[in-house]
Amino acid sequence: MAEPMKIRATVTGDTADIKVLMNHPMETGQRKDPKTGQLIPAHFISEVTATLNGKTVMEAEWSGAISKNPYLGIKVKGAKAGDKVTVTWKDNTGESNTADATVS
Amino acid sequence: MNMLRRNILKGASAASTLAIAAGLFGSGNAFAAYNSAAFSAKSVADALKGMGATSPTESKDIAIKAPEIAENGAVVPVEVTSKIAGTTNIAILAEKNPNPLVADFKLENGAEPYVSVRIKMGQTAMIRAVVTAGGKSYTAAKEVKVTIGGCGG
Repeated sequence: MAEPMKIRATVTGDTADIKVLMNHPMETGQRKDPKTGQLIPAHFISEVTATLNGKTVMEAEWSGAISKNPYLGIKVKGAKAGDKVTVTWKDNTGESNTADATVS
Repeated sequence: MNMLRRNILKGASAASTLAIAAGLFGSGNAFAAYNSAAFSAKSVADALKGMGATSPTESKDIAIKAPEIAENGAVVPVEVTSKIAGTTNIAILAEKNPNPLVADFKLENGAEPYVSVRIKMGQTAMIRAVVTAGGKSYTAAKEVKVTIGGCGG
């Protein structure tokens, strides 16, 4: 199963700095297996959603050209310590993962 | 498959392209919203068309932070900040990648017009940011030299 993701959310003033590290191979589908010469099938995160206290702040669509074990940084205004950040991703094979963190 | 896709992209209108492409490449897990037409486009122009941002205006209010020289094309840190009021979308394209569109972010409910990600680049190319604000599209680009490509095997 998918490994946990790491979220760090810190607030400066009224803006939360949200940093997320996900675990994912992010295969583009264009790489060949060096041993067999066969194409490695595409396997990448295609959709990422971030919410703050249940309200969606970011919806992203990704291609396989996001680096392996993706990093994502966003900033959200109007956040305060104690707010709940939730990040969810879905990949092109239907796997998904969710993690949350508290803004500090 | 690729030839078919190309023909479909050429021949069909944007709306029906999206529907057909979603059917072909949904791989049993149809994301209703996933913009397959834009993401499978092989040229910057087609990707922009798929996103509905055919001829964005050049803007100095978009800042792209990326290394001038990326030693490893598999991990190129890119930060995009828009100073355009009402920014709702930020898209990142690597112009010479096989599929130029890398990511499209929709920002709402207080999210600042800022994203930071790490992307793969096949070769030295312009990184282009396309920002949507108030229904209009703006763009800026920055060249990143890649010494080792990140897309080959």
